[in-house]
Amino acid sequence: MADIKQPHTGGPQGVERDEPTGQITTGHEWDGIKELDTPMPRWWLWTFYGTIVWALGYVILYPAWPLVHDATRGVLGWSSRGQVQEALVEAAQAQGGFRDRIASLSLEDIRQDPELLRFAQAGGRSAFQVNCSQCHGSGAAGSVGYPNLNDDEWLWGGTLEEIHATIVNGARFVGNDDTHVSEMPAFGDGVLDRAQIEQVANYVLSLSGSPHDAAKAEAGAPLFADNCAACHGDAGQGDASVGAPALNDQIWLYSGKLDAIVAQIQRPRHGVMPAWGHRLDPTTIKELALYVHGLGGGK
Amino acid sequence: MAMAQVGGLGFVALLALLASANAADAPFAFHMALIAVIALGWAVWILRNMDVSGRTIPLREAETGYMDGVVRAGVIATVFWGVVGFLVGVVIALQLGYPELNVDGLSFTNFSRLRPLHTSAVIFAFGGNALIATSFYVVQRTSGARLALGKAGWFVFWGYQLFIVLAATGYLMGQTQSREYAEPEWYVDLWLTIVWVVYLAVFLGTILKRKEPHIYVANWFYLAFIVTIAMLHVVNNLAIPVSFLGSKSYSAFSGAQDALIQWWYGHNAVGFFLTAGFLGMMYYFIPKQAERPVYSYRLSIVHFWSLIFLYIWAGPHHLHYTALPDWAQTLGMVFSIMLWMPSWGGMINGLMTLSGAWDKLRTDPIIRMMVIAVAFYGMSTFEGPMMSVKAVNSLSHYTDWTIGHVHSGALGWVGMISFGAVYYLTPRLWNRERLYSLRLVNWHFWLATIGIVLYASAMWVAGIMQGLMWREYDELGFLVYSFIETVAAMHPYFVIRALGGILYLTGALLMAFNVWKTIRGDLRQEVPMGAVQPAE
Repeated sequence: MADIKQPHTGGPQGVERDEPTGQITTGHEWDGIKELDTPMPRWWLWTFYGTIVWALGYVILYPAWPLVHDATRGVLGWSSRGQVQEALVEAAQAQGGFRDRIASLSLEDIRQDPELLRFAQAGGRSAFQVNCSQCHGSGAAGSVGYPNLNDDEWLWGGTLEEIHATIVNGARFVGNDDTHVSEMPAFGDGVLDRAQIEQVANYVLSLSGSPHDAAKAEAGAPLFADNCAACHGDAGQGDASVGAPALNDQIWLYSGKLDAIVAQIQRPRHGVMPAWGHRLDPTTIKELALYVHGLGGGK
Repeated sequence: MAMAQVGGLGFVALLALLASANAADAPFAFHMALIAVIALGWAVWILRNMDVSGRTIPLREAETGYMDGVVRAGVIATVFWGVVGFLVGVVIALQLGYPELNVDGLSFTNFSRLRPLHTSAVIFAFGGNALIATSFYVVQRTSGARLALGKAGWFVFWGYQLFIVLAATGYLMGQTQSREYAEPEWYVDLWLTIVWVVYLAVFLGTILKRKEPHIYVANWFYLAFIVTIAMLHVVNNLAIPVSFLGSKSYSAFSGAQDALIQWWYGHNAVGFFLTAGFLGMMYYFIPKQAERPVYSYRLSIVHFWSLIFLYIWAGPHHLHYTALPDWAQTLGMVFSIMLWMPSWGGMINGLMTLSGAWDKLRTDPIIRMMVIAVAFYGMSTFEGPMMSVKAVNSLSHYTDWTIGHVHSGALGWVGMISFGAVYYLTPRLWNRERLYSLRLVNWHFWLATIGIVLYASAMWVAGIMQGLMWREYDELGFLVYSFIETVAAMHPYFVIRALGGILYLTGALLMAFNVWKTIRGDLRQEVPMGAVQPAE
């Protein structure tokens, strides 16, 4: 390690010629580092000037200079909001004929028109991917607690009108007066004891032919008739008017396992779906209804 | 004097304990307790090192006349935080590729907590320590003067480490101001302000003491970095604490102004921390390692002044197509375009300094690292202005292209030039004949370079694909993809990115091993680089 350097005098007397490049140095030296007096590369300088000229042109053409209450608008009159507006108008024009007809026709009439139906379902699919896929999945196959929309079992009805109403008003959505209401009571709160709940659960399993304890199911049959049949039907066929799922098939909203059925009877979960009527425009909701109806299970 | 210090530290510890006991939230309580423990530990250390006459035992200091102990500590901290930062980066890269690695119930290991830990560990802990250590080394050598203000340099070092620990533990406990690269809360910001002002005083004091008639170009860049970061840090972190005994605070700004202040800060953290600071590093270590004069003095002057004048205005390009007024977006964009050549001035001066020494690329992996650093610098300072153009930005914004851009700069430029400096400094600071192994440096070079290429190319493809998928319309004029479909499509690129990160981390681990062996004084017996294999 070198000791602290003696001061250099600097100045022109230190100037020397660098062998490999042929350039002279500036005569300065710091810790053994010298500097060449190479001129700035011309291409570099001219490109730099070029970007400055381009920048000057750009700030004349586009909004750029802040003033007291406003800013210069630029001679092209461009604005980012204007650009968005143009794009929206252009898109609306491109889809205009279709969208207007969907807005004015009934769901059933749209369904009878193959060309219009194709457009509506494409729009519905797009809106579904943005707004619905978070819960129902991008293939609409649902998830635990979120119904599969590809099958023919519908909690709140599977006709076009029923699906449309569910999308507009949601289910158990606070703040919407027309939302679907009805809640399964908590049978664990003093209505049925633990043993009885297990018997009912086994009976529920027997309705769809799932593996179950036959003795318990037999004991559960009268309990089901007294407590459950009013909504779920005598044969467990369900009732869309109160959102009661069918129990006689292999489609389960939560789970078809005994423990899960017991838990649901004991203290049920009540799923919520938002009302989309105030968030999406009526045409888009119609498109959504036609898309969901067309997934395979529409009635 | 020693007793006064002990008394002062005891007082600090007492205040911190009181603040901890009365804290409004858990992170604040933890931080105050941490400060109390550090203050008490420091006081005990002073007492244990005190002899009966009341004077502390003098620390052993090298005989160069320069204050190099703090630089040695800085080199070790750089390597340590580098490994930590890269490791956390690999973890979060894997979490993005395999979301199940976000473990339920272990909130402090989740992506959202680890992400700011990664960015701050890499930028501020690794990059910051590298800048502080090299600036202390360079300013002493190029000024021919010992570091000013006595032990203040050590205060800067330890004070900065405390800032890092407070910031990092705060992130893990969920503390954040929600300002990118400025997440630490108000009291951590205040502490950094104090440390930074002392840093400025030490650096400037050393320049004022210099025996050279002129100030070397590296020091212009270091000084621009220190001064501007002080200004950016103070303004962006202006906030009102909810309570002086709690961590939560509210920004002094709101709405579009708040966003503009944040990106004025955020972009200039890139400009003055990651560009100007590391250009200072480049201007010393490349000429030294290449043993060649700087290519052009005039270019260094013009590109320095144009760079610092233009950079400070470029921040609004982070807010294209937002609530920020159009005029501000325009100015952010045109200043970014004009910034292209001033940025490239540094690349030209770095690369052309090697004229007459290009043969060294064959035998010296340290030079190779520095050259690839400058090459990545040139690439990302072209990519940056390009991405600031509104038409490009409307595709690239919010996509992983931005992440790729940042990493080609951070891994390629900042990382590589720092590794080069560490390899240059270690044998000189510890008075070793040479590094333990130059061949390990070569391995590090290739692992890091391949890692960066994998990382950057994966993110370019992923980002551009993501941007195109977001704006993809079908023939009927409807959006084609849901958000989750764009995420699912990126999975293979996330995996490639993680692989690149693993290679980069492996290189850094080799560096840590090499530095450790060099500090111990070991020399690996190996065939010199570029030498013909001797006949047996």
